[in-house]
Amino acid sequence: MWVVFKKEIRSFLGSFIAYIVMGVFLAITGIFMWLIQGNNVLDLGVASLQVMFNIAPYILIFLVSAITMRSLSEEKRLGTIEILTTRPVSDISILMGKYLAAVALIVFTLLPTLFYYYTIHSLADPIQGTDSGATWGSYLGLILLAASYAAIGLFASSLTDNQIVSLIISMVLCFFWFGVLSLLGDIKALDAIGKSLEWFSLDFHYQSISRGVLDTRDIIYFLGFIATFIGGTKLVFESRKW
Amino acid sequence: MAVNDISFNIPSGEIVGFLGPNGAGKSTTMKILSGYIPASSGDAEVCGLHLATKSLDVRKLVGYLPEHNPLYLDMYITEYLLFAAGMAGVKNPKQALEKAIDLTQLSPERNKKIGQLSKGYRQRVGLAQALIHDPKVLILDEPTSGLDPNQVVEMRNVIKNLGKDKTVLLSTHIMQEVEAMCNRVILINKGCIVADNSLEGLKQSSPQDSLETIFRNLTSHVGSI
Repeated sequence: MWVVFKKEIRSFLGSFIAYIVMGVFLAITGIFMWLIQGNNVLDLGVASLQVMFNIAPYILIFLVSAITMRSLSEEKRLGTIEILTTRPVSDISILMGKYLAAVALIVFTLLPTLFYYYTIHSLADPIQGTDSGATWGSYLGLILLAASYAAIGLFASSLTDNQIVSLIISMVLCFFWFGVLSLLGDIKALDAIGKSLEWFSLDFHYQSISRGVLDTRDIIYFLGFIATFIGGTKLVFESRKW
Repeated sequence: MAVNDISFNIPSGEIVGFLGPNGAGKSTTMKILSGYIPASSGDAEVCGLHLATKSLDVRKLVGYLPEHNPLYLDMYITEYLLFAAGMAGVKNPKQALEKAIDLTQLSPERNKKIGQLSKGYRQRVGLAQALIHDPKVLILDEPTSGLDPNQVVEMRNVIKNLGKDKTVLLSTHIMQEVEAMCNRVILINKGCIVADNSLEGLKQSSPQDSLETIFRNLTSHVGSI
């Protein structure tokens, strides 16, 4: 698993995708946090990273899909999947190596935003008067959310040998699980069904963790979500054997 | 069904030519033996291990060069071979790398990216990844296809050299290839074995004909049934 993990990390860092992803993420969150008039941290006058945590899930839909789009589709296109799968390594080790590499890259992308936290923490009045519980909760939520997106992305990548198709499938699925399901809860006509469906949305659990309260139900939901999509990926990956 | 009731046994230290027209089932058989796909029924064994139950153990003993030689073009040769060694669980990857580079005569190009190599050298990289873990069995699917005549001769010499202490099963549809390298020929057509003989035995079966004519007669005969 770690051999695949290392290869994937090297491949990310050797291609422009990693740098574009990191740059775009920091640029967009930076613009929203500090520059957009009326909505930035300084104008709002609240010492919190909430602006970033509100916008980040939407940016990550695109960026995580871009990171994972070639994971398996490229192996299929090149035919190197035949090299990987005829080595004494189980299919799940290959998939986990690729998955964890994508998650590691996302965590690495989020790291520089700690600088924003440090800035706000220092600017707050009283000094260091930020709600650290909510902030760390939101970071954990964001990592779990991005890890869920990565599981969706890996699944999408297993379905096709075309990177662009993989990117589109992944974005649609991420948006469905994050945004669409969550919106269903707001539709009054759907009543209890809408609320039940909302419970299945990634947004519902992301918001819950972001409040700074660690609820095991949310953690189990995210881990279950990730396991389900990795399981689905394994099923598709092994379909060559049928 | 791509292959049906193919049964053969290869002792160690033999280079066997696996012949047949395009679509005969050569690649499918090789994919099964390398552990890429399972046989839908029946059993395949490599070095006494059943593929159905001991696939991971079999893969440790087999080196496989797939058809069309898939490679990561953006990787450096050494980087790729070290990756292949890691995937194969090689204990001393650097030593294995040097040995594989030596055996496939990759030294002059060893510091290049795979994408910068000529087709002949790419084929050698493919062969090097197949033998990086010093497998007992080498399965090579059309190892010389698309190479120029000089590269073909060089590749044949490399494979002949390897065949001295490994079991090699190589597929081809070029008869000269077989004459140049193999001790034995297994000829298949439409998924069935139509001949399994030593090269001499095959020639003696029809002394007045060339190997190519024998190949044509055997494969078209079954085809007309």
